[in-house]
Amino acid sequence: MINEILLDPTAELSPVQKQLQPRLNSLDGATIGLLDISKPRGKEFLDVIEESLRQLGATVNRYIKPTFARTAPHELNQKISIECDAVIEGLAD
Amino acid sequence: MNDQISPSFSLVVKKACPTCELIQPVIKQLADALDITVYVQDDPEFLNSVVSTVDDSELKFSYHNNIEIVPTLLRHDPESQEERLVGWDKSQWETLTGLSELGQDISPFKPGCGSITQDPGMEEVLAARFESQKLRARLVNLAEAEDIFEAGYERGWTDGLPIIPPTPTRVMRMLGGTDRLADEIIGHVPPDNVPCPIEKIAINAVMAGCKPEYFSTVIAVVEAALQDKFCMHGLLCTTYFSSPVVIVNGPKSQLIGMNSGVNALGQGNRANATIGRSLQLLIRNVGGGKPGGIDRAVLGNPGKYTYCFAEDESDSDWPTLAMDRGFDRKQSVVSLFAGEGLQPILDQLSRSPVSLAKSIAASLRTVAHVKRFGMADAILVVCPEHRRVFRQGGWNKHDLRQALYEELMTPGAELLSGVDGMAEGMPARLRDKMLNKFRDDGLHIVTAGGTAGMFSAIISGWVASGDKGSQLVSQQID
Repeated sequence: MINEILLDPTAELSPVQKQLQPRLNSLDGATIGLLDISKPRGKEFLDVIEESLRQLGATVNRYIKPTFARTAPHELNQKISIECDAVIEGLAD
Repeated sequence: MNDQISPSFSLVVKKACPTCELIQPVIKQLADALDITVYVQDDPEFLNSVVSTVDDSELKFSYHNNIEIVPTLLRHDPESQEERLVGWDKSQWETLTGLSELGQDISPFKPGCGSITQDPGMEEVLAARFESQKLRARLVNLAEAEDIFEAGYERGWTDGLPIIPPTPTRVMRMLGGTDRLADEIIGHVPPDNVPCPIEKIAINAVMAGCKPEYFSTVIAVVEAALQDKFCMHGLLCTTYFSSPVVIVNGPKSQLIGMNSGVNALGQGNRANATIGRSLQLLIRNVGGGKPGGIDRAVLGNPGKYTYCFAEDESDSDWPTLAMDRGFDRKQSVVSLFAGEGLQPILDQLSRSPVSLAKSIAASLRTVAHVKRFGMADAILVVCPEHRRVFRQGGWNKHDLRQALYEELMTPGAELLSGVDGMAEGMPARLRDKMLNKFRDDGLHIVTAGGTAGMFSAIISGWVASGDKGSQLVSQQID
């Protein structure tokens, strides 16, 4: 398959690559989501991360994917996006 | 030693052409006697048993040599001008080549076929292939798994509705709609005040869904928007509702199939919809004006997707908006107005111009606020049935304008802040003045709409109308 080429309609003031979301300046007062992808021992690992984040002043919400084999359901992504300032996904193995 | 440089020849053929098939023996004769290169447009195997050929399936030679018909025989002589023959004509070919007894066993004459370069849509494909150095915009390579229609959303290029992907071929086709050069800078687009070449307008016009035949109109719309009097920067930034409203006058509006009749201000007509949208996309993408960023509208209005229509010019005794602005009926003109929404004027009972003018004037008082005078301009859209009432009553457009002016003169005391229990209103210092609803040149009149229904309408203007903000601007279409 040949990759399509488009002409940039903008003033070309920003890079063509998609940019990352702005990073948080501080964890103090921020709400951080911890997403457990349902791999064994993920919970214990994320418990430690949660404690560290709390000590830095963050509020922590915990989420869990139904199965690591599939991408997270839309409903879960939407819930995290409105409840958290940032999310850490607990990859495992 | 012979110092004379002999001429060389080129021949362009395609297998799908019966004439090219017919003259195979001639091509063999030419190849045996002359310095000739044979270019084949379609099947590279064609003529393999006769002569060696050059594969021109990319059409590079054909495009650069403006081949319109196959076969074309070209004679290149360093000492004289190139000559060419199209189709097969024995005597002409013998004269041009200096050979005799060409194609003795075949018919002496047979016209050729169209060159593949002339196939429908091919011109722009080839322009994109061979003239792409004219395009200066950054190339955006999509990832392999990327959906081309989602790509515009991912990059923030759209107004929320899908766009046509701006491929080089489509942009070259759009640029074919104007004689102006792709790199001509047309002006600086607010709010970022970025220099804008014609090419960027073409890219955004493609995305908006325009046909190339609309492009000269789109360029005029952008030129109008960039006139200082229009105040595009302020209009974009305002917390008020307003946005550009585009009105097209003159023969061009009919040539490109714009709607001035039934549902003229509604959906469904490609030219109306996409010309207005082009400007909005340009302001968004080149100017950087996005809702929630520089665009601070409290509510906005649906016309910020697109707001564009043509005037009904069927009554030759009723001057058009463009004529009111100093143009004549034969000129094609776009006018831009900072406006929003549509306020109906229902009057199904008036049969006299005086009654109908009073109805319209009373409705016009609601522009911005019933007690705010001289603040916002307006466009009055007179529907055909209301226009008929005026015409049958012996009124022309000037009579209507004069009557509205007189009806809208109001004692300042009735409009002051606090009067009728409303804090909104005019300042107390105007108590003894006679005020008009509209500043001079603040009320514009156009006609449009279907022929059934006594429903005219008001397009309210920006509260920063006039010198302090935006004025209606007009621009002739090239």
